Amino acid sequence: MALLSKKDTNLILDPLADNNPITIQVLGICSALAITAELQASVVMAISVLFVLGVGNVVISLLRNIIPTKIRIIVQLIVVATLVIIVDQVLKAFAYELSKTLSVFVGLIITNCIIMGRFEAFALGNGPWKAFLDGIGNALGYGIILIVVGFFRELLGSGTLFGIKVFGDPVAKSGLYATGYENNGFMIIPPAALIVVGIIIWVQRSKNRALIEEN
Amino acid sequence: MSNKRLTFKKRLHILKHRYRGKKMAPAFNAFHTFLFSPDETTHTGAHIRAADDLKRTMNTVIMALIPVLLFSFFNTGYQHYSAINGFPENFSVMEHFLTWDNFWLGFVLVMPLVIVSYGVGLLIEFIFAVIKGHEVEEGYLVTGMLVPLIVPVDTPLWMLAVAVVFGVIIGKEVFGGTGMNILNPALTIRAFLFFAYPTWMSGDKVWVHGAVERAGTADAISGETILGYLAQNNTSEFSYSVSDMFFGFIPGSVGETSAFLILLGGLFLIFSKIASWRIMVSAVAGSLVMGLIFNGIVDLGWIGERSTFYGLMSFDFWKHLLVGGLAFGIVYMATDPVTGSQTNKGKWIYGFLIGFISVMIRVFNPAYPEGVFLAILLMNVFAPTIDHYVIKGNIRRRMKRMKQATIFPKSTDGKAEELKVETI
Repeated sequence: MALLSKKDTNLILDPLADNNPITIQVLGICSALAITAELQASVVMAISVLFVLGVGNVVISLLRNIIPTKIRIIVQLIVVATLVIIVDQVLKAFAYELSKTLSVFVGLIITNCIIMGRFEAFALGNGPWKAFLDGIGNALGYGIILIVVGFFRELLGSGTLFGIKVFGDPVAKSGLYATGYENNGFMIIPPAALIVVGIIIWVQRSKNRALIEEN
Repeated sequence: MSNKRLTFKKRLHILKHRYRGKKMAPAFNAFHTFLFSPDETTHTGAHIRAADDLKRTMNTVIMALIPVLLFSFFNTGYQHYSAINGFPENFSVMEHFLTWDNFWLGFVLVMPLVIVSYGVGLLIEFIFAVIKGHEVEEGYLVTGMLVPLIVPVDTPLWMLAVAVVFGVIIGKEVFGGTGMNILNPALTIRAFLFFAYPTWMSGDKVWVHGAVERAGTADAISGETILGYLAQNNTSEFSYSVSDMFFGFIPGSVGETSAFLILLGGLFLIFSKIASWRIMVSAVAGSLVMGLIFNGIVDLGWIGERSTFYGLMSFDFWKHLLVGGLAFGIVYMATDPVTGSQTNKGKWIYGFLIGFISVMIRVFNPAYPEGVFLAILLMNVFAPTIDHYVIKGNIRRRMKRMKQATIFPKSTDGKAEELKVETI
C-alpha cells in the first residue's frame, strides 16, 4: 500500500513542474527577485513559505465551513499574518543576521500571491489532508525555483555558495580569479533574477511543448 | 570546365545545392548571399526587384563605420603614447597623430575586439539558424561592428565574449531574431558590460590603454574622459580645446571620440537614405534644448558654484555633442530601424527624448557620466507606445474629418440628413 494515493501524489508533484507557481502561474515573482541574490536567503525563504503555506492551508481548510464568504479575505489575512509573525520571531531568535538580510521580505510573505492564491483556490474547497499536500507541493515548487535562481545568482555574482568562496578569493586574486575572471555584478541586481527566471521558463517550455499557449 | 576554373561564386552555389534541405543549409546560404546576390528569383506572389536588400543596408552602415574604426586605431595609439611621453607641445596631425606607431598599437588592441565580437556573435546566429531551421539573419553584421567601437579599449576579451552571448541571446534571439528585438543588441551588450563589470567600464583608468596596470605606480597616468573629469571635479574648465573634441583627439570608448567622422558617417547615411534624418536632427535638438535649460539655470543663479551639478550644468550646451558617446549614439544607435519609432511624427518625439534624456542623465547622475546608452535603451522600450499613439491620433483626426465632411457636405442636394444618419 502506497503512502499516498495517485491523486494525492499529483497534488505534490504537479506544482513542482507542470503547474509551478512561479514559472507557469507567474505568482510570487516579487520575492523571487528580491531575496535570491544569496543562496542562503533563498533556502530560508523557501522553508518559511513551506511552513506558512503548509500550516495555513490546513487551518483555512479546517475553518472553511464556518468562514462567512464576505469576510473570508480578512480571515485568511489573519491566519497568514499569525504564521508569518511566528516565522519572523523564530528567525530573529535563532538566526538574527539572516533575518537582517531578509529584512522586510519575511513580513511580506503575507502579500505573497501564492499563499492567498492557494487559500482561495484550494483550501477553501478541500479537506485538511489534501490542503496540506497542496500547500507543501506549491511551496516546494516555489522553493525549487528560488533555490535554482539563488544558486546561479550567488555563484556568478559573488563567486560564493552559502557564503563559501567557491572560485577563490577575489581580493587576493587566488583560484579562478588569478586567470582574470571577475564576478558578474549584473547578477547581484534584481533584473538578473528576472532574466534567470525567464531562462528557466524558456527551458521548461522547450522541454514540454504542451505548456506553450496558442495564440 | 575544370573545377579550378570555377569562380568562387559558382563554387558556393554548388555547395549550396548540395546541402539544400540538410540541417547545415542555412550556414552555406549565409556565406553565399553575404558576398553575392543569389541566382534564384521569387516564384510566387507580388515582388519588387531592388538591389538594396537587408544585407546591402547593413553593409552601407558598416561603410559609414569604417572611417571611425580607422580613426580609433590612431587615437588608441596616440592616447597611449601621449599618456606615457606627455602630450606634444605643437600638435600636428601628420607628425603626432597619423603615425605608424599609433596605427600599429591601435590595430593590435582594437582588432581582437572586432574579431571576438564578430566571431562569437555570428557563431550564435549560425547556431540559432541551424536549430530553428531558418536562414542566417543579417542582423549581427552591424551590431558586430558597433560593439567594439563602444567599449573601452582595454576591455578583456572574455568579458566581451560573455556580453555578446548575453546580448545576442537575451537581447535578440529570445524575441524571435533579427527584426523582432525590442532593444538594440549592441546597446544591450554595452549595458550588460556596464552593470556586470563596472570597474572595467567606467572610472578614470579604463579609457587609455595601459592605465589600469600603471595605476598606483610612479608612472600612473590619468586617462579620464572629459565628462568623467567634469563630474569628478565639479568644474567646467578642462585642458582640451574645441578642435580636439571635434576631431576626436580625446580619451573615450574606442570609436566614439571623433565627432567629425561621425558627422560625415551620419551625412553618408542620410544621403544614402539608410538612416532617418528625423531622428538625428530631433536628437541633436533634444540635447541642445536640455543643455540650454541647464545653462539657463546656471545663468539665472538658481544653482551655486558649490552645488554638485554646477560643473556639468555650466558646461556649454553645444559641447555636449562633441564629448562622450552622444554623437555616436545619435547617428548609429538611435537610428536603428528595428528598435526606433516607425512613424514620422513618432521619430521626432523619439529622437528628441533621446537627446533630452541623455544630457539629463549626464548632469544628474555622476555615477553614469555617459547616459546615452541608457537613454536610447529607455526610448527603445517606449518606441512602440509612441507609434501606437501617433497612429491612433492620425485615425482620430481622419475620422473627425470624415464625419465633418458627411455632416456638412459641400454639395447640399438634400441628401445631407440621410448621410448624417448613416455615418452616425
